[in-house]
Amino acid sequence: MKNIISDETMEYVGILAKLELSPEEKEHAKQDMGRMLDYIEKLNELDTTGVEPMSHVFPVVNVFREDVVCNTDKTEEILKNAPGVKNGMFKVPRTVE
Amino acid sequence: MAKVYETVIGLEVHVELATKTKIFCACSTEFGGSPNSHTCPVCTGMPGSLPVLNKKVLEYAIAVGLATNCDITRYSKFDRKNYFYPDNPQNYQISQLYLPICRDGFVEIETENTSKKIRIHEIHMEEDAGKLIHDEWENCSLVDYNRSGVPLIEIVSEPDMSSAEEVITYLEKLRLIIQYLGASDCKLQEGSMRADVNLSVREVGAKEFGTRTEMKNLNSFKAIARAIEAERARQIELLEEGKEVIQETRRWDDNKEYSYAMRSKEDAMDYRYFPEPDLVPMMISEELLNDIKANQPELRTEKQKRYKEEFDIPEYDIDILTSSKHLADLFEETVAICKAPKKVSNWLMVETLRLMKEEEMEAEDLKFSAENLAKLISLTDEKAINSTVAKEVFQELFHHNIDPVVYVDEKGLRTVNDEGELRRVIEQIVNDNPKSVEDYLGGKEKAIGFLVGQTMKQMKGKANPDLINQFLKEELLKKA
Ligand SMILES: [Zn+2]
Repeated sequence: MKNIISDETMEYVGILAKLELSPEEKEHAKQDMGRMLDYIEKLNELDTTGVEPMSHVFPVVNVFREDVVCNTDKTEEILKNAPGVKNGMFKVPRTVE
Repeated sequence: MAKVYETVIGLEVHVELATKTKIFCACSTEFGGSPNSHTCPVCTGMPGSLPVLNKKVLEYAIAVGLATNCDITRYSKFDRKNYFYPDNPQNYQISQLYLPICRDGFVEIETENTSKKIRIHEIHMEEDAGKLIHDEWENCSLVDYNRSGVPLIEIVSEPDMSSAEEVITYLEKLRLIIQYLGASDCKLQEGSMRADVNLSVREVGAKEFGTRTEMKNLNSFKAIARAIEAERARQIELLEEGKEVIQETRRWDDNKEYSYAMRSKEDAMDYRYFPEPDLVPMMISEELLNDIKANQPELRTEKQKRYKEEFDIPEYDIDILTSSKHLADLFEETVAICKAPKKVSNWLMVETLRLMKEEEMEAEDLKFSAENLAKLISLTDEKAINSTVAKEVFQELFHHNIDPVVYVDEKGLRTVNDEGELRRVIEQIVNDNPKSVEDYLGGKEKAIGFLVGQTMKQMKGKANPDLINQFLKEELLKKA
């Protein structure tokens, strides 16, 4: 394996993804991520000079909606997906700012 | 020798677009709905939901770009900006990083001393977040997603401004352009226009920029000016003490006139942008560009020109009337009803501006309707009320948008046109004030003013001043 994931990188990725991993899980993840990067690196072997970077695989552009209100009040149904409800709002753990 | 510093300011301006629906779903953008009543699986980030771009958003963004001399990106796309925060239900915001819709524009501003170009780096489209309320009772947060997915454009300037005056002039110019385009009402207080100020200081002549901070939560032009002054002073003080300015986001508290750091360096944001796979790219054709240009509403300079040709009012008045889209609309709508441009302009230029200043209001916040202003003007035209009463009625109109006809009748303010009564009152006044009569007849023409005042007082303000003058003179001549 060419790509070795450091403990710091693992820690940082965990913070960004809001994941708490056990020491064993971290080791596993490090191995997996290293292998993934190795695999992706294979692409670097290709000569891509003059090839436009591609962001979308479908040859489709300009899919639009007209500016017309179609949705009706579905508060009750929407709130069924909330982790908790209070006063018609999604109740979530306290967020600091 | 003391060091001399200059301020370098760039602005990020968020503008909420005046569409009926959200940017990626058919939910209403209307204000005031009960919490989460304007939501759907798309704008609450439910798995499997798919966004579809509102064409009007693209058109408004392009229109603003054209009006600010930008190049329109012919192949544009959306990107995901990843971050966790409960007001953002998808855990990413759909925005534009790599190919923003507009680039490399400028706005020309004139301040007292100079005129200069403020370059626009880019304008991109993105979605707004929901509203977070902290619940002290249960120590939790509550989220209303009605604002989630409301379309925004972010206008990013180059760091071309060097004072609060320039910043405010730039913002006013930008606001005027966008209001005239009908793309947004741009109300700072209500948050439909939000400006974040990036500011750094450096010694005059220095080549490198100093470290900048970003200031948020600026809800009025006054707050922006105060925040700029305070941040400039804070940074200079740090440098003078030999300390460093830390690159950070700060939140302005306008009551305390102080800002504090919002996030520490440790959790500096790493947004991991990548192309939004759920939205296909936009290819802007010549045809669409021409369409947008053709449908562009009348902008300020065109309006000024038309006013000059159509209405017989001074250039100064035209400047003021067109300085706000709302004021110009109010003027035109009222003139359309009462066909008296000079009178309408007078009410707007004198009493309206005076009360606006008194109340520290902006033209956008004016509440009274064209219909009611036109009614007030006809009441004075018909001499149903005199000018003093008219001003009194206008106060009510300005504050409460009352129907002047109903108001005047309810309060019994109509001018008394009973000539017999007026003559009786005047006869009495003339007899009761021999000193003034003598003065007047002795050549002091001003003495008549006192007698007019007395008569008006006796008539409880409801007399026609022309008639008073006429009858008084007749009565006085009898005494000569
Ligand atoms: Zn929706």
